[in-house]
Amino acid sequence: MTDTDRSEDNAFPRIGRVGTGGLLVSFGDRLSEAGNRAALAFRAAVERETPEGVEETSTSLVSTFLRIDTLRSDPAALAREMQALLDSRDWYAADLPQGRRLWRIPTIYGTDLAPQLGEAAGEAGLSPEAAADEIARTRVRVQTIGFAPGQPYLGELPDHWNIPRQQALTDRVPLGALVLAIRQLVLFSVSTPTGWRHVGQTAFRLFRPEAEEPFVLRPGDEVIFDAVGRDAYDRLRDAGPDGGATCEAIR
Amino acid sequence: MSRDLIVHQAGPGVTVQDPGRPGYLAYGLSRGGAADRLALYEGAALLGQSPDLAALEMAGTGGTFEATCDMRIALTGAPMRAQIDGAPLAWNASHPLPAGARLSIGPATAGVYGYLHVGGGIATPQILGARSAHLAAGIGRALSAGDSLPVGEDRGHETGRLLDPEDRFSGGEVRVVAGYQTPMFPDEELARFEETRFTRDARGNRMGVRLAPDGDGFAARAGLTVLSEAIVPGDIQVTGDGAPFVLMAECQTTGGYPRIGAVLPCDLPRVAQAAPGTHLRLRFVPLDEALAAERRAAEARDGLRRRLTHLTRDPRDIRDLLSYQLISGVIAGNEED
Repeated sequence: MTDTDRSEDNAFPRIGRVGTGGLLVSFGDRLSEAGNRAALAFRAAVERETPEGVEETSTSLVSTFLRIDTLRSDPAALAREMQALLDSRDWYAADLPQGRRLWRIPTIYGTDLAPQLGEAAGEAGLSPEAAADEIARTRVRVQTIGFAPGQPYLGELPDHWNIPRQQALTDRVPLGALVLAIRQLVLFSVSTPTGWRHVGQTAFRLFRPEAEEPFVLRPGDEVIFDAVGRDAYDRLRDAGPDGGATCEAIR
Repeated sequence: MSRDLIVHQAGPGVTVQDPGRPGYLAYGLSRGGAADRLALYEGAALLGQSPDLAALEMAGTGGTFEATCDMRIALTGAPMRAQIDGAPLAWNASHPLPAGARLSIGPATAGVYGYLHVGGGIATPQILGARSAHLAAGIGRALSAGDSLPVGEDRGHETGRLLDPEDRFSGGEVRVVAGYQTPMFPDEELARFEETRFTRDARGNRMGVRLAPDGDGFAARAGLTVLSEAIVPGDIQVTGDGAPFVLMAECQTTGGYPRIGAVLPCDLPRVAQAAPGTHLRLRFVPLDEALAAERRAAEARDGLRRRLTHLTRDPRDIRDLLSYQLISGVIAGNEED
């Protein structure tokens, strides 16, 4: 909900219902660093407590979602239990999750492989070169995994990158596309239509159904999309599902 | 001896489906699984086996199949024209499928998704704990001619059982519960929503189904920008053009369009099975009524075995009987009593 919306109660956090068997614990109505940490920490707490009837949990940008088996558990009672957990501490003050990692993912900016760099740069008031340079130097964090398997939403970029999604959808961007809008980056795990602008291309596969670790990135991980040239990119593309990416623990 | 089901020909939307992959929402992977989950329970009841076993889901039309050894099959969901070596088969029933015989399954006569179950279940390798194809996520694929599917060991023997299914193939009323975004729609819009007759649009698949309203579309309060949030199958998104879009088994895990409500899980098969052009109405019910309906639906699923009846002829004799033109009554399994 936005400021212009009529609202009886704009206070966060709050608990809402999704369908017959879902609870959404929201920590805000827009992306914020504190709300994102709160959502991750609250989910971790629910996972530790394993309340009766909770089948699975997830997070989006600033909320935690609980899927409930309504044949085993009363959603109203569970909502009360979650309210008590919510009231037990200041979730906005929570730390980031443990075990975070820094990824460096080689990325080709612009060219025919990522044809909307110039357009996006224009929206941000930068030259394509300056835009690519700035994105490549910004260390962004995985705020949530969602929409498609293993697909990260990363942020945040500086304020001048608060550019809207384009009106018309791009028919299809390829797997590994790095797209941008509203100070966020998304790295696509599937080939899909999108309203976000395609500014970079990677050879990184986020979802590996047959692998021991099918989903590569985790919320809280940080990423630098290092700029590489065409020749280097072509070599990395053929080098395997990591596309030349490296990973180290964040201490 | 191999125990396989050979695909000689397949329509464009034939996939392996089971109850799907719960547990991966946090990783952006929706549960997926059969579009009409009730059909999985019906097939399981007819064959006396677990509803968790995988079957073939056939969107719109089926294909031609052959078993490499004697098998049992059951046919559920949207009724389709089915034959073994030219002899018509009752839908919503179990049958023997002798080794080498040709099973052909033609277009649906009502509904969208038909199911072919085999005794022992389709036994393709599991990926992330399930056999379901999840095309949007790139797991599995639609079947095509030349595919050969392993079939699990079958401990059952009975065939010739018949089930009178819950009619969910001709639209009608669908129950909806309000969610946290429902108040984004003015009360008068919600009232008009309940009074509107919707037509299932041609745009629809395993990810979602568009419902075209008779009259104007619907809009959340002006100027609203909604943060992308968790979505579930059954959620009714209202997209830019004002037409509701009901999310189905293979939906994405987050969405940024406002949701006017959510279809009850037990009524979702009715949406899935509404063929393009079918009329639907959507009615809000309180949560306690929805939960009671879910409990009743679960009890009905558990009681399906008790509702089986016998086909009028022993189907082991069908092929012989057919040549004597004695089977009238057997082929009428998908008609109304």
